[in-house]
Amino acid sequence: MNFGSLDLNAIWFVLIGVLFVGYAMLDGFDLGIGALHLFTDTDDERRVMLNAIGPVWDGNEVWLVTGGGALFAAFPNVYATVFSGFYLAFTLLLVALIFRAVAIEFRSKQPMRWWRQMWDVAFCVSSLLSSLLIGVAMGNIAWGIPVDAHGEFAGTFLGLLHPYALLLGVTTVALFMMHGALYGVLKTDGALHDKLRGWVNNCIIFFIICYAATTMATLLYLPHMAARMRANPWLFSIALVNMLAVANIPREIHHGRDWRAFLSSCLAMLALMGLFGLEMFPNLVFSNPAPEHSLTIYNAASSPKTLGIMLTIALIGVPIVLAYTISIYWIFRGKVKLDKTSY
Amino acid sequence: MDVLTLSRFQFALTVGFHYLYPPLSIGLGVMLVLMEGLWLKTNRPVYHQMARFWTKVFALTFAIGVATGIVMEFEFGTNWATYSRYVGDVFGSALAAEGIFAFFLESGFLALLLFGWNRVSRGMHFFATCMVCLGAHFSAVWIVVANSWMQTPAGYHLVTRDGVTRAEITNFWELVFNPSTVDRLTHTVGGAWSSAAFLVVSVSAWYLLRRKHLEFARASLKVGLSMALVASLLQAVTGHFSAQGVAKNQPAKLAAFEGLYPTTSNAPLTVVGWVDETHERVVGLQIPNLLSFLAHDNFHAPVTGLNEFKPEDRPPVQASFMLFHGMVGLGCAMMVIAALGFLYFRHGSLHERRWLLWILVFSVLLPQLANQCGWFAAEVGRQPWIVYKLLRTSEALSAMVKANVVLTSIILFSLIYLLLFAVFLYLLNDKIQHGPDEADLTPSGKLALPRREQPAH
Repeated sequence: MNFGSLDLNAIWFVLIGVLFVGYAMLDGFDLGIGALHLFTDTDDERRVMLNAIGPVWDGNEVWLVTGGGALFAAFPNVYATVFSGFYLAFTLLLVALIFRAVAIEFRSKQPMRWWRQMWDVAFCVSSLLSSLLIGVAMGNIAWGIPVDAHGEFAGTFLGLLHPYALLLGVTTVALFMMHGALYGVLKTDGALHDKLRGWVNNCIIFFIICYAATTMATLLYLPHMAARMRANPWLFSIALVNMLAVANIPREIHHGRDWRAFLSSCLAMLALMGLFGLEMFPNLVFSNPAPEHSLTIYNAASSPKTLGIMLTIALIGVPIVLAYTISIYWIFRGKVKLDKTSY
Repeated sequence: MDVLTLSRFQFALTVGFHYLYPPLSIGLGVMLVLMEGLWLKTNRPVYHQMARFWTKVFALTFAIGVATGIVMEFEFGTNWATYSRYVGDVFGSALAAEGIFAFFLESGFLALLLFGWNRVSRGMHFFATCMVCLGAHFSAVWIVVANSWMQTPAGYHLVTRDGVTRAEITNFWELVFNPSTVDRLTHTVGGAWSSAAFLVVSVSAWYLLRRKHLEFARASLKVGLSMALVASLLQAVTGHFSAQGVAKNQPAKLAAFEGLYPTTSNAPLTVVGWVDETHERVVGLQIPNLLSFLAHDNFHAPVTGLNEFKPEDRPPVQASFMLFHGMVGLGCAMMVIAALGFLYFRHGSLHERRWLLWILVFSVLLPQLANQCGWFAAEVGRQPWIVYKLLRTSEALSAMVKANVVLTSIILFSLIYLLLFAVFLYLLNDKIQHGPDEADLTPSGKLALPRREQPAH
């Protein structure tokens, strides 16, 4: 297909953003359910929690795999620099994702108490660790990482764990926990439902504290992450949407409109990522110090030919993926009922 | 140890462990389609019971396959950053297509396959099973496309910008159908079918030996042995074409596979033996002229030897030779075992031949070993190149990564994989000992047989 004079680099910046937002909205609730898992008391409650995400978590994780693949394909230099630079952090993320996957699969395969407790702990800790590391990675991308003249990472593992990155890590944990609790409310009934409804409020408070702290820290210490908004005041409307969406969550929950609370949470994520993308553009890796070494969507990209081929693939594939993903969510709609195929 | 050795070891470890599982998922996908299809066609409850039992095994292998698969995607970036920059433009399209066309399809419909038995109709469930199977095959397609491009690059040109050279795509379809794609894909998929077929055969033979679940075991053997026979014959054919492709496109690799140093007309084929690297010759049992014939369809054709290549451009000879011959030997053994099993099964006397049943029980190891040998032969035989004749493995590393960091990750992955493997064997054994569920012989709810009017007596 010929895409003429379209700015394919910018399109792929947006599309990779869309894949990561999709990941956050979908796997975000899986990770949140995982983080809340150990707060439940009985074996049945834990099985309901697992089966709330049972049919979908695997497909949700594919958003991350495909996002990674698309980043590799569209911006190989960014992929190489970030992945080799964040070596230990990404190794830990892999370990966490491996344990999350097998804990879900293995937990209910044996009845022994020690067996189930072991995998319950693995599920919870790996979900928390995944969320934290994803947030820390985002924090580093926002803060900027040291990049040398060859586009290579020039920092250390411990250098990645600075307070701002950790703050964003904790904020991500809070965001996913809130999102997971909202999803849990949708998928459960009875006593567990009431319990989750109580947790939602705590999660919202936790998230709003983190969210406020992150916003302040960003405005104070990361002027480059607010520069575009200062130059174009109308962009403040996106920040406003974000704040309204967050504020709307407790309101909807209070009125018992659980679906709208969950959608509000999705909208908040979309607006957050939108702001993040707008302020980063056209940088993918902001070099700090030495901003002239930053990797942008132009100096780190694949050839226009490749970007065009990938866009063709995406235009064919994505509508099909969305169609059956929505159908599958529809087939598994409603409250969780345990049966013999359940985890 | 240096970063290069450690990084190669790490990749070998993680890909070797990962590659125990996807072949099973791909092959079991086909088996499930066959079993569920037979159930829909014949309405015999035993086929429903089979589909349900093997779905559980499929879920187990799939989970570990997914969990260990992301590791390699990350490793391209973490350990092989220079390689990622070099091939990203070419390779990226294939990986992105794999995500969009294969992984989403597989994982989406997996939900219906595993949890949808009582939620959708029988026909819809069968459709989901077919989609999971198709998705698994698509993932094989795209990953083999990417790997084949590393063996026989095509559809690209080299571009140098700011002193950095990389490969850029010129023709997508030339990249996809590079000279080795089709041969290697069919051979890989055949290997995957074998691994699942022999797993089904092994478990069923075990039940026959224990005189348990007899109806289930016979019906599973029928499907399993047929597939094992088809797959192992297919492997002989695809293996032959694959090797001819290697002879044409990667002569140094073929020479290493056969331990051939001087370019030789009427070249003999070694059946068993080893390479005497100091005297540059092969010791062992040889069949005259056969290598020339197999490689070039002519008993007298010259076969290129390693002496035509500079020592620094040659792959490790002994390892390539052993891995390749190991794979071929295992393949022949599988053909014989599958044929014997199939013949006696058709004859109706398989259950009396306990020696053969015992062989069938242990035959599950052969395709797994052959798959490992085959992949390692393909990758070791490509050395010293990571992309054949374009980029050396030693030049493909991440510039900033230190040896102790790689070593840490190797230790971490080794421990985790040992744990996963132990848990996998424990759970698999548990499922096999527990056996198929008798309740599955009377499907209920949406799965119940279509109601037929009973004739009045």
